[in-house]
Amino acid sequence: MGSEALKLETNHAYVSNRNSCKLCAPLGACFAFRGVEGCIPLIHGSQGCATYIRRYGISHFREPIDIASSNFTETSAIFGGKQNLSTALDNVTRQYKPSVVGIASTCLSETIGDNVDMYISEYKKIREDAPALIYAATPSYSGSHMDGYHEALWALVKTLTDPEAEKGNAINLISGFVSTEDLRELHAILSSFGLSYTLLPDYSESLDGGSWEDYQKMPVGGTPVADIKAMGKAEATIYLGKAVKQERNAGYYLQNEFDIPLYSLDLPIGIELTDRFFEALEEATGNPMPTYWAKARSRLVDAYIDGHKYCSGKKAIVYGDEDFVCAMVSFLDEIGISTPLVATGAPSASFKKRIKALVRNGEAPEEILDDTDFETMLELAGGIKPELVIGNSKGYYLARNLHIPHVRCSFPIHDRIGGQRVLHLGYRGALHLFDEICNALMQAKQEAAHSGYTYI
Amino acid sequence: MIEILESRKNQVYENGKDTYELACDKASAAGSVSQRACVFCGSRVVLYPITDALHLIHGPIGCAAYTWDIRGSMSSGPELHRMSFSTDLNEQEVIYGGEKKLYAALTELIDRYQPKAAFVYSTCIVGLIGDDVEAVCKRVQKEKGIPVLPVHSEGFKGTKKDGYQAACEALFKLTGKDDRTPVSKISINILGDFNLAGETWVIKEYYRRMGIEVVSCITGDGRIDEIGRAHRASLNVVQCSGSMTYLAKMMEEKYNIPFIRVSYFGIEDMSSALYDVADFFKDPQVDEDTRKLVYDEVSNLLPELAEYRKKLTGKKAAIYVGGSFKAFSLVKALRHMGMETVVVGSQTGNPDDYEYLKSITTEGTILCDDTNPLELSKFILEKGADLLVGGVKERPIAFKMGIAFCDHNHERKIGLAGFVGMKNFAEEVYRSVTSPVWNYSPARLKLRKVTKAEPEKQVVGLGGV
Repeated sequence: MGSEALKLETNHAYVSNRNSCKLCAPLGACFAFRGVEGCIPLIHGSQGCATYIRRYGISHFREPIDIASSNFTETSAIFGGKQNLSTALDNVTRQYKPSVVGIASTCLSETIGDNVDMYISEYKKIREDAPALIYAATPSYSGSHMDGYHEALWALVKTLTDPEAEKGNAINLISGFVSTEDLRELHAILSSFGLSYTLLPDYSESLDGGSWEDYQKMPVGGTPVADIKAMGKAEATIYLGKAVKQERNAGYYLQNEFDIPLYSLDLPIGIELTDRFFEALEEATGNPMPTYWAKARSRLVDAYIDGHKYCSGKKAIVYGDEDFVCAMVSFLDEIGISTPLVATGAPSASFKKRIKALVRNGEAPEEILDDTDFETMLELAGGIKPELVIGNSKGYYLARNLHIPHVRCSFPIHDRIGGQRVLHLGYRGALHLFDEICNALMQAKQEAAHSGYTYI
Repeated sequence: MIEILESRKNQVYENGKDTYELACDKASAAGSVSQRACVFCGSRVVLYPITDALHLIHGPIGCAAYTWDIRGSMSSGPELHRMSFSTDLNEQEVIYGGEKKLYAALTELIDRYQPKAAFVYSTCIVGLIGDDVEAVCKRVQKEKGIPVLPVHSEGFKGTKKDGYQAACEALFKLTGKDDRTPVSKISINILGDFNLAGETWVIKEYYRRMGIEVVSCITGDGRIDEIGRAHRASLNVVQCSGSMTYLAKMMEEKYNIPFIRVSYFGIEDMSSALYDVADFFKDPQVDEDTRKLVYDEVSNLLPELAEYRKKLTGKKAAIYVGGSFKAFSLVKALRHMGMETVVVGSQTGNPDDYEYLKSITTEGTILCDDTNPLELSKFILEKGADLLVGGVKERPIAFKMGIAFCDHNHERKIGLAGFVGMKNFAEEVYRSVTSPVWNYSPARLKLRKVTKAEPEKQVVGLGGV
């Protein structure tokens, strides 16, 4: 193969990206913005960026996802996008009456050097009644959708928190990019501790709402802006997800600016990581874990034992966002599934180290790849002989080629109903994933069996 | 209360009431949440179905990621078109230029996948960072001995239509290559069918039964070699005229091939398409075979449609699609099912298209160009539509408001073209409109309450419940 000579210092043998395992930064920012009450995202760039991201999100969440665009033309690319941004803000404010507009920049606006911060301050001078304007710098040539997501959270907290705010909720819980069902689970867990809290972002309703009686311009739900303003008054911050850069970590910002203790945790998937989460909650609130969760944990252990023979010793490929993959690998290690190939699409200096630390029982994976793509995974999978593929629906192509089952989770899930509602977090999330995984393996075995037996 | 933006007011028109000329062919209003995409999208969707070409997207990762496997364009052979390749430019390359990476990417991918040609799509920033894509393509073309074509599809340089044009320009360069393979006098090219759910195969089979040779399909189940002999067909038959008329015109000018516009959706338009093509050849055998084909197909189809028609008659439909030609056919096809269209619009229609839409719809029908979710929901509610026909982005608008939906998008898996497509269409509409799930929709229940409370007032949009 002629490409041998072109090996660069990346984890894919190719210079090009072949079937991407990451998305671009504005996407993550838009979904984080959708998790704030009364907030509409606005992408500062070409019309296509907003439309593609809407389409990608709609196919997963199956909800209307309105994202405005400043709709660059050739003139704006030459003379700057100030006028477009200003017109877009006027129009989107008139039509949607938002309380917040979350502006995400693009490769286009950042390449021509648009100073969005300056545009915003000038706009506010001429429009005194403008909604709160948040700017997340999200050029798609830098980082992935996960960087965009955390950037937006950081921008929200930095712009909105008010040192003069009167009283805040006791706990800040800032969550990585998880499902709407996960966010509902986090609500359930936090409520059960009996203290007030702010969950940021909260798209549990705004991206997974009920059926409507009347058309809603702005979907209900989202973290209330007043709560974000008061995040500087909380007693502790728990940040779920460690892949975020320190200088863009909203929890770190709150620690620095407001002296709020920060608990930086992995996504609570599986027993061990959920234990860490509950321990942090116990410490931060001073309250013990309610018995409801102890029972859920106990039921989970019982299920692990009931089902261990169906999954123990199996090999899985796991891929996706770094935080998801790390937590998933930790969970799989608990149930005896080894992960010889784990992969994430974005470049990461910490990925290998994190994975190795999270595998406590089994062997460390042979291949731990960051900055990789699906075609590379497929080429490597041949030598590994995996029995299961775990991750978003884009990996279906691996499963189909390898003739092995695929357990869909994380984001996006474009080829099933209910992708937005997959529960991953907490003891109940682990129980759900455990059932899914065992059942996928049992179904594969049953379908391959000559006799088609009915007891397994 | 949903307001129509000042700058968009003349892009909305009520048939029989308004008298101004409906405005269209405009850039979308900033901040309006247009359903349109960009120039890149236009090029990408048109070229995507060419199965044996390498499609390399030059730019940061997003544009490639969002268009991976995005169309339901089927292939009878190679599947290379379903892969998503990107140069995945990072910050350093944006600063120092991406030409080196483009060259390396092209070379390695051509070596690995052995495509018959390569398309290199420029995304927004490529021009701004000064990459000479043309030069890199030329160099690789020379080194690898296959056509390597730049597609000038920077997202902000116009609308989706400009992307169609950029795609057509690239396609045109692939024509005129093969003068040896025998081609019949009674032959056509199928332009503007993308083989979604195998639709090109259905149409191709009709032409075969009519005794007409299909030289190339551009671009459904497309092959580079076929496009290379497209210049020797006698007629270009253009569907999706918004995207493919450019190519037809260029081919007319250079190769003297006339073209006709057709649509393969609905009984009327499907039949006219076949008759129009047959008329062109003035061959008695072709005429006879065509008449027989249409007669057979329609006689088989009509009884199957009757049951659906019974259940759907009187329902009201809204249509919002990309190309207006599709909208024409849908208005007629829905009428065939007993349904009137009360809202119709497109992303890319031109003044003639809207004039035509006026002529085939009834008084009170709303016509809208480049509309957005808020407007669309307002029109649907005001006009009491029972069904929306549209794409992925329109689907949740219909569902949230408790009305039925028919997918007429890039990624659909149900063929809607041809006579068989009409049956599929009717079945899909029927199954959604008459589903019992609407009984639980709060919007529907509210409407029902209003009807009960004010029995004298005629309330529209109660269908299916």
